Amino acid sequence: MALTQEKISFLKDKAALIRASIIESLIEAKSGHTAGPLDMSDIFTYMYFHALKHDPKKSLWPYRDRLVLSNGHIAPVLYATLAHAGYFPISTLAHLRKFGSPLQGHPHREWLKCLETSSGPLGSGLSQTVGMAIADRIDNGRSSGKQFYCLMSDGELDAGNSWEGAMLAGKEKLQNLTAIIDRNNIQIDGFTEDIMPLNPLAEKWRSWNWHVQEIDGHNFEDIDRAIGEAHAVFDRPSVIIAYTIPSKGIPAFERKFEWHGKPPMTDDEIRVAREALGIR
Amino acid sequence: MHINPKIFDKDVEQAPIRKGFGDGLLKAAEIDGRIVGLCADLTDSTHMNTFKQKFPERFVEMGVAEQNLVSVASGMAAMGKIPFVSSYAVFSPGRNWEQIRTTVCYNNVPVKIAGSHAGVSVGPDGGSHQALEDIAITRVLPRMAVISPCDAIEARKATIAAAKTDSPTYIRLAREKTPIITVDASPFEIGKAYTLFRADHSGQKVKADEGHRSVAIIATGSLVYRAMLAGKKLIHEGYEVEVINLHTIKPIDEKAIVAAARKYKAIVTVEEHQIIGGMGSAVAEVLARNYPVPIEFVGVQDMFGQSGTPDELIVHYGMDEKSIYNAARRVMLRR
Repeated sequence: MALTQEKISFLKDKAALIRASIIESLIEAKSGHTAGPLDMSDIFTYMYFHALKHDPKKSLWPYRDRLVLSNGHIAPVLYATLAHAGYFPISTLAHLRKFGSPLQGHPHREWLKCLETSSGPLGSGLSQTVGMAIADRIDNGRSSGKQFYCLMSDGELDAGNSWEGAMLAGKEKLQNLTAIIDRNNIQIDGFTEDIMPLNPLAEKWRSWNWHVQEIDGHNFEDIDRAIGEAHAVFDRPSVIIAYTIPSKGIPAFERKFEWHGKPPMTDDEIRVAREALGIR
Repeated sequence: MHINPKIFDKDVEQAPIRKGFGDGLLKAAEIDGRIVGLCADLTDSTHMNTFKQKFPERFVEMGVAEQNLVSVASGMAAMGKIPFVSSYAVFSPGRNWEQIRTTVCYNNVPVKIAGSHAGVSVGPDGGSHQALEDIAITRVLPRMAVISPCDAIEARKATIAAAKTDSPTYIRLAREKTPIITVDASPFEIGKAYTLFRADHSGQKVKADEGHRSVAIIATGSLVYRAMLAGKKLIHEGYEVEVINLHTIKPIDEKAIVAAARKYKAIVTVEEHQIIGGMGSAVAEVLARNYPVPIEFVGVQDMFGQSGTPDELIVHYGMDEKSIYNAARRVMLRR
């Protein structure tokens, strides 16, 4: 599907609404992660409003594409996007992290039935997506119409399980698999290159026989081109390293790893966040 | 009772319990096309090779990557497959316990984990490769079923039965050949313990002061045979004895355990596993809640194994028939 200028401005508007919903749900929850959900808002918006073959009214439609969120702690962006896409009422977002809520602190497929899996502990989402892609190939061969996406963080690449999954996907030449890495360069304790250097990151993936692209994770044309190219590659899995700005959309919080794992709490922080996102 | 009529013969047929897993997987896979097999570089050793040969398109070689082994299996299960994963128990469910917890049990998908080379009877490979904690770390997980078959025939039946449930399941397997205890007609149902034999003292009158001359021996897995030998000796000496095969540790057969405690008033548990957290602990949990009686725990006493022959190790760590017999005598004196 072509990405027209009209569609781009639609996606930008959607992403702005999703960012506002993320912040409101975090303020309500009084705990949770801010930086990652905000920096992945554009990619989630693109996926759910342009790329994915899915039906929010029939979430278990068997022919749907599969999107696995590996770094479950950015659940607020997943939930906000699903709500805006029509999977459940936007008002449910106010129950993020609350007792009995379908919106568990980290996503759980039994609490929220439209999810593909449960995640939180880092490093195993890619492997699960690899398993899904292999299972589909067993049943439907290489020409199956389904795409398998794993959205993951850079920090979780510290975990060996991630690389075990990457090796297997390369070996199996899973052309129906696309991993998208949120390259925001932060993790809880600091900047990724200080905590545990990942660079040269693209070369690592290339060496496991992946098709590698590096993009601006906030540019819809970039995202669109990369997904299109990933679909066109037929002899190997694809990884898109999406460079993002942590806490994108709230300049006062941007690029600060301190915002990895906390919500706006003080009156001042809440005011700054709401003003930046145009929430009245 | 359906047991091998030659069980106490010197030349009783023997086979490795893990072979029964291979036979069962092949059988289950012939019946159900959803079954897939994944192995972490131990395909021959875990007897998944027969499945691999017959169904190459349904087999995935994972390499030495046990965390990937179960998390890939979880993804396949999410697509409607019934994955069996195999490795040594030390690595799976050992090394990959968190992935089993989160991607299989918390996620509630029907992944079946076969852990071979459980117990000290692994022998010369030494303590690093002798899984003695696997029952504890699997039975603690919500939704997980834990099965520890006593021989190759039962392992075959357990594998076929596990393929038919929606539960995450752990099947514990042993490396060495052990006697064939059961027969094809022996009952097998997940969660249902059964009596292998009991003393028939129906003609005799037990005197009131001899009330302490009774014991139930509850055994699981590779040591069931030795428990039977000990039970036979006790019966020969006039004790009232029942030997129970507790092949399923979870869901545990509370009814059978409580009934045995009521009838015999003393229990010995026998397992090739740490006594902390294992099958004996599971039995004690049931009895503490329902009908407390003295229990002796035959198993590894909070230590690691070492190299040696299986027989040397079983004797050294106090799990041979003599140790079981002595535990039975001790527990009867505690009443």
